[in-house]
Amino acid sequence: MNVIVVVLIGLGLFFFTAGVIGVLRLPDFYSRLHAAGKCDSLAAVLVLLGVALFNLHTPDLAHVLVSLKILAIAVFVFVASPTATHAITEAALVVGVEPWTKEKKRP
Amino acid sequence: MANLFLAAGLVLVLLMLLCLVRVVGGPTVLDRILGGNVIGTKTTVLLLLIGLLYDHVDMFVDIAIAYALLNFIATLGATKFFLRRKAVHLEQEEEGGSP
Repeated sequence: MNVIVVVLIGLGLFFFTAGVIGVLRLPDFYSRLHAAGKCDSLAAVLVLLGVALFNLHTPDLAHVLVSLKILAIAVFVFVASPTATHAITEAALVVGVEPWTKEKKRP
Repeated sequence: MANLFLAAGLVLVLLMLLCLVRVVGGPTVLDRILGGNVIGTKTTVLLLLIGLLYDHVDMFVDIAIAYALLNFIATLGATKFFLRRKAVHLEQEEEGGSP
């Protein structure tokens, strides 16, 4: 049980790190949005699953209820993070942020 | 196990500080909104880890739910605001536009 929790939290932290490196290093707005959206929702769901699994070490009713709430957070993040990313992308397209192409220099 | 959660929380705080670089120095307003969204997602996870450290997950899970909802609404609201105002500063375009 504990091994699964450690693996889930470690994978989540790895994807969080990858997302932050993408947000910091990628050249234009859309690619940064790509890194942030994908890595963040996956990593948050992984860490939340790990915490919910660890919380079940004493399986009485209160702990099971708390784990269900944590799973509800995971489902909400899994739905809400792509929605927020889509809204930001739509705003950028309407306002006219230019995508990065190969001819431009890396800022 | 508590050491693992403490280490994970410290790594998350470090990553949030790195995201703050993008929030402070992002070229457009939408970059700053994106950085805030990423920091908010990390905070939701960090609240649960703090709850595990203090042995009060039943209390902190409600705070985490409220924070996740607030983060989502705040991102959508800020995006709609700047979409309607058309006030996004395009510093990239100004720099690269003049030959």
